[in-house]
Amino acid sequence: MTDTQNLTLVQAVRDGLHAELREDDDVVVMGQDVGKNGGVFRATEGLFDEFGGDRVIDTPLAESGIVGTAVGMAAMGMRPVPEIQFSGFMYPGFDQIVSHMARFRTRSRGRFTLPMTLRAPYGGGIRAPEHHSESKEAFYAHEAGLKVVIPSTPYEAKGLLAASIRDPDPVIFLEPKLIYRAFREEVPEEPYTVPIGEAATRREGDDVAVFTYGAMTRPTLEAAETLGEEGIECEVVDLRTISPLDREAIVEAFEKTGRGVVVHEAPKTGGLAGEITAILQEEALLYQEAPIGRVTGFDVPYPLYALEDYYLPSAARIEDGILEAVEF
Amino acid sequence: MSVFDRAYDDTVRVLDEDGDVVGDVPDLDDESLVEMYRHMRLARHFDGRAVSLQRQGRMGTYPPLSGQEGAQIGSAYALDADDWMVPSYREHGAALVHGLPLKQTLLYWMGHEDGNNAPPDVNVFPVAVPIASQVPHATGAAWASKLRGEDDAFICYFGDGATSEGDFHEGVNFAGVFDTPTVFFCNNNQWAISVPRERQTRSATLAQKAEAYGIDGVQVDGMDPLAVYSVTTAAVEKARDPDADRPRPTLIEAVQYRFGAHTTADDPTVYRDDEEVERWKRKDPIDRLESYLRDEGVLDEERVAEIESSVEAQVADAIDAAESMARPDPRELFEHVYAELPPELERQYEEFAALRDERGDAAFLED
Repeated sequence: MTDTQNLTLVQAVRDGLHAELREDDDVVVMGQDVGKNGGVFRATEGLFDEFGGDRVIDTPLAESGIVGTAVGMAAMGMRPVPEIQFSGFMYPGFDQIVSHMARFRTRSRGRFTLPMTLRAPYGGGIRAPEHHSESKEAFYAHEAGLKVVIPSTPYEAKGLLAASIRDPDPVIFLEPKLIYRAFREEVPEEPYTVPIGEAATRREGDDVAVFTYGAMTRPTLEAAETLGEEGIECEVVDLRTISPLDREAIVEAFEKTGRGVVVHEAPKTGGLAGEITAILQEEALLYQEAPIGRVTGFDVPYPLYALEDYYLPSAARIEDGILEAVEF
Repeated sequence: MSVFDRAYDDTVRVLDEDGDVVGDVPDLDDESLVEMYRHMRLARHFDGRAVSLQRQGRMGTYPPLSGQEGAQIGSAYALDADDWMVPSYREHGAALVHGLPLKQTLLYWMGHEDGNNAPPDVNVFPVAVPIASQVPHATGAAWASKLRGEDDAFICYFGDGATSEGDFHEGVNFAGVFDTPTVFFCNNNQWAISVPRERQTRSATLAQKAEAYGIDGVQVDGMDPLAVYSVTTAAVEKARDPDADRPRPTLIEAVQYRFGAHTTADDPTVYRDDEEVERWKRKDPIDRLESYLRDEGVLDEERVAEIESSVEAQVADAIDAAESMARPDPRELFEHVYAELPPELERQYEEFAALRDERGDAAFLED
C-alpha cells in the first residue's frame, strides 16, 4: 500500500516539483518569486529551503529572459522548469516560446532538444485583476513542436507534471488556478507519471459526449449529474493534453453517442472546440446525429471580475448546450 | 593592468589601417598567425562565392560577411574547442574556425535544416534569425555550465541593431545577476539593414551599456584581428575563472563595417553612399593582417598564392558537396518535430506520401 497525502491541486504541483527535483539533479525551478517566497500561489513552497538557490532560482522579472535562458539551459541537457507567474504574462516570452522552444529540435535535426517544462497558472474565476484570468491555450496548441498539458485533478497534476518534466520535448503546463484549492484528493507520496497525450473518461454515458479540460471539468460534471437526474446520460471526456490531442478517445466517445459538445473557458473563435468539431466531422460524420455544440467563453476580452461569472461557462450554460445537442 | 580598465571609447587596437603595430601584439606563433590569415581569406572567398551562388539561383537568400572577417576570425581564435559559440545568422567565418564545415553553412542557406546539424564535437548552436533572441540562450547555456561546475566559456554574437532589443537587455542582465561565463560579442557593423548605428541608441558607445549591467565592457577595432583576438582571449579567460575578482561576463563592441548588403535581398545603395563604403574598405582587416605578416617576414608572395589556391579549392569542394546533397525526403518534415512522432503527424505524413506515390514528385515541386 502506497502512502498518500490529501492534497489540493496546487499542493500536488508542489509535491510533483519536489519529487522531480529529488529524482534528477538536472531539474531546476526558476522564475519570479519561486524561491524564498515559495511562489505567489505557494506552488514552490519550501523548495528553496530544501534544494537551495541554485536549484530553485529567483530570477529577474523578465519573461523573455526566463524562457530564453531556460532554452539555453535545456539545450545543454538540463531540465529547467521555468514558471511564468500568470499565463497572461507569457506574451513577453512568446517569441522565445514559438521561435525557439518549439523549433530547436527541428532546426537542428535533433542535435539540440529542449527537455523543458514551462508552467503557468491560467484561466479565470478567482476575482483577479486585468490580465490575470485569460485562457489562451490555443496559441500554444497551434504551435508544432510544443506539447500542451492541462491537469484537472491533484493526482493527475502531480503525475502529468512528472511526465512533462521527464519528457524529451518542451511542454507548456497550464495549471487551472480556479481549482488550485477547490478540492483535495489522495496523492501518492512516491513519484509517478500520468501519460501525456491521453484523455480520461470522467463519467460514462450513452446519450451525448462532452469534451472539456482544466477548470471546466467540474461544472461540466455538475451539469452532467443534473441532466442524469432527468435521464440524460453524458459521457464526459477530460482531454488532459490539448496537444497532441487524443483523437482516438475523442472519436470513440462521439461514436458511442452520436452527439457532442465541447466546453472550454477560452474564447470560441479559433479555440480547441473548433478543432475537436473538425476532427469529428472528418472521422465520424456518419455517426453524427446533431450539430456539435460549443459552450465557451465569449469572443470578448476577458472582463474584470464584476462580469466574469457571466463570461465563464457555468453549469447552467453547459446544461443548456448539452440539451441543445440532445434535443436536436 | 587589465584590458578592461579603460574608457569605453578608448578603442583597443594592435594594427593600424596600414598594418603597422600600434598596440600590444598578442602572443601567437607564426603558424597561428598564418592560419588566422588563411581563415580570413577563406571566409572572404567563401562569401564571394556564396553571393554568386545566390545570384545564379543555386542558393537562397544569403547574408554576406565581407569586411567582418577580423571580428569573426579573431574572436573565434580565442576559443578552446570545448567552448561554445552561439551565433546569429552572419557568423559563417567564426563558426568555420570553431569547426563547422563550410558545407553545413551552405546547406543551411540552400534550405536544408541539416546545415544546423553540426558534428557532435562542434560546439556551435544553430543559426538564430530573430534579432537578439539568441542572447538569453547564451546566458542560459553558460549558466547551465556554471551550475554543473564545468569551466567552459560561451561566446554570443549579435549586431548593433540587436542592442536595441529587449532580449539583449534581458539576456545580458541575467548574465550579470548570475555571473555566467558568457562573452557578448557585438558585431557593430554600423547598419541594421538601412538603419544606422546612431538610430539604435543615444549612447556614445555600445560598450558602455555594460556599465548598467555591472559587467565589463570594452570597445575594440573589429577590423583589427589581432586586437579582437587579444580582447576576446582576455574575456574568455575571465569567463572561465570563477575566482577572478571581476565579473565573468563581458560585453565586447567590435567596431567594423559590412562591405556588402545586409542580405542578397538588400540593396545598400539606397541608404548609404559609396564614399562611406570606400572609406571603410581602406580598413580592410585582411589587407591589414597581410601587410603586417609580410613586414614580419612571415608571409611572402609564394605563401599568399598557395593560400589563395588552397582556399579556392576548399570552397569549391564544399560547394560540390553541398550541391550533391539530394533534396530531403518529405518524411524529414515530420521526423524531428518531437522525439516520437505523434499519431496525427504520422497520419498527415502517410496521407501525403500516398498522394505523392499516386501523383509523382513533379506534381508537388516547382521547377
